[in-house]
Amino acid sequence: MLRIENLHVSVEDKKILNGIDLHVGPGEVHAIMGPNGSGKSTLAWVIAGNEDYQIEEGNLLFKGQPIEDLDPEERAVQGIFLSFQYPVEIPGVTVTNFIKTSVNAIRKARGLSDMPAGELLQKIRKTAEKLQIDSKFLSRSLNEGFSGGEKKRNEVFQMMMHEPTLSILDETDSGLDIDALKIVARGVNEMRSPKRSTVVITHYERLLEYIVPDYVHVILDGKIVKSGDKTLAQKLEAQGYDWIKNS
Amino acid sequence: MEFKEKLLSSFFALQEAVLLDDNPLIEDRRNQAFKTFEEKGFPTRQQEAWKYTSLSPLLSEDYVIFPSGDVGIHPNDVKKYFLYEMDTYKIVFIDGVYSPFLSNTHHDGFDVNLFSVALNQKQHRRTIDTYFNTIAPSGEPLVALNTAYAHEGAYIYIPKNKAPQSPIEILHFSSGDSPALWLQPRNLIVVEQGSEAQIIERHQSLVEHPVVTNSVTEIYAGKNASIEYYKIQDDLDSASLIDSTFIHQETHSHVSVHTSSLGGKIIRNNLNFHQAGKAINSTLKGITVLEGNQHVDHSTLVHHAQPHCESHQDYKGIFRGSSQGVFNGKILVDRMAQKTNAFQQNNNIILSDKAVCNAKPQLEIFADDVRCSHGCTVGQLDQNALFYAQSRGIPIKEAEALLTYAFANNVLESVSIPFLKKHISLQIASKFGVEMGFGV
Repeated sequence: MLRIENLHVSVEDKKILNGIDLHVGPGEVHAIMGPNGSGKSTLAWVIAGNEDYQIEEGNLLFKGQPIEDLDPEERAVQGIFLSFQYPVEIPGVTVTNFIKTSVNAIRKARGLSDMPAGELLQKIRKTAEKLQIDSKFLSRSLNEGFSGGEKKRNEVFQMMMHEPTLSILDETDSGLDIDALKIVARGVNEMRSPKRSTVVITHYERLLEYIVPDYVHVILDGKIVKSGDKTLAQKLEAQGYDWIKNS
Repeated sequence: MEFKEKLLSSFFALQEAVLLDDNPLIEDRRNQAFKTFEEKGFPTRQQEAWKYTSLSPLLSEDYVIFPSGDVGIHPNDVKKYFLYEMDTYKIVFIDGVYSPFLSNTHHDGFDVNLFSVALNQKQHRRTIDTYFNTIAPSGEPLVALNTAYAHEGAYIYIPKNKAPQSPIEILHFSSGDSPALWLQPRNLIVVEQGSEAQIIERHQSLVEHPVVTNSVTEIYAGKNASIEYYKIQDDLDSASLIDSTFIHQETHSHVSVHTSSLGGKIIRNNLNFHQAGKAINSTLKGITVLEGNQHVDHSTLVHHAQPHCESHQDYKGIFRGSSQGVFNGKILVDRMAQKTNAFQQNNNIILSDKAVCNAKPQLEIFADDVRCSHGCTVGQLDQNALFYAQSRGIPIKEAEALLTYAFANNVLESVSIPFLKKHISLQIASKFGVEMGFGV
């Protein structure tokens, strides 16, 4: 599904990633953990195609094809979805309108006609119910004045609308209280299938109690320094990152 | 021969032939105006008010001043420019000449009529004498030029406590019949006490040919009157418009002018509000979306002359290509205009290295108990927001259009005629080459 080989990335001449190797197979959930500034979010942005992030070396393959040269929207069409750590506010565009525009843009790029309005609205309503999103929320301007938790829930809402093959959740747990976390995790888990993969980026083990990963990777100074199963996350929670640095 | 010379030498000849006033008052105003223009001529960039807009590229053509007017246009060629095909009052001009065939005027209870009719019919004399060229200032040379030649345009008179059932459209088409055309429509709109009107004005070339429209509109809003005025400026790149609109407001009146500037060679909007009573509300809204070499200059003046009045200005500009925008917004608060609440906002987005935007807010406040605020920004589209939209599958072009729409949305929201709001939103989308209705 996603294959990253010896990836070196810099931003404005500052080296952030120093040779990442990561292979995410179909149906797998990978967690990427690490302290602030270790390069977790950079990895997410470079997969999604932010052009501020310069690939110096290495390969980035999705479904066996290199994607370095694809625009962000082309990657979305391929089935990549990034849930932003800090979702952007767009005053003047409602949640529903934005979702409609993006869903139909992807359909158009895939050679499909617009989703019929009735069908789209029904899907929006069903998905909103699953995430316990109030229908009033859907006619508000995108992310404008949303609480941190509402923004994150809105990201997962869009993810479920798009049904991507690879979801990258960047710090989706931050800003969520425990009830909201459970609701969001339920949504992510519902999407799990042998054909879909998920990369969960997080500081804390807490989210991984609800979205149980197949693999856990620890990233430090732009490199994956340790990989393991879910017990690695528990060990990190108990002992902190110093334990890895010192080992 | 310079174009100014042509205008001057044509005046007396044409006065004999076309401008037959049997009203000495009007004749006098006309002659005064002619003198003003003769003395001052066209404004130049040496004048502060015209620093960023030069008319000289427009003055080298040999314009026809009085076209023949026997050009027939099939309704199918122009109906796409009508807000509604039916059910609105329409005053339609082709090359400056009234087209009874395309128009739908009204004379029962209120007047949706022609300026030429009002000039020549006794029953309208009092209104003409009271308002014609009394709301507009006498010293402006372009206004004076228009006044000297004023003979045709829209005349709308709504007596006390009336409200027309539908919007009134004023439409000017240029057919291309004249190689180069200089138009000078003159509109007079009088909405008496307690009355209402919605008016939409549009100038449209049907083929590429040099056209300059030097338009003057005088608007009188009586006590408690309410007027919404929409200007749709989406013309071809061969057409220029100098629009001077003067509004006189009485106590408790509400007047809003909404200007959508989406196309044309050079557009200059002189928009002046004079508040002559108490508790008046004046609203000025503008959406400007330009590309290529288009040039739009918004020059606004709100004169607060009485206490307890409000004004709200909100202009949004989006500039691409080598386009140029100017916003020159002046708020004048007289010493006696206490408790004035004046608000002015001008935000601009530059989408290209070659586009230019000059913004100049001017506040002159002589009262001490007022609230005046103004804000002005020139920036770019939020790169994070663009990436966000792209990462959700929205191509860059559509993403730019969407963010532009979002940026202009609060101004668009103030368009209270739903069909017109949709129309403007589709026009903006088409500027970006995308098919989006933005869910309006």
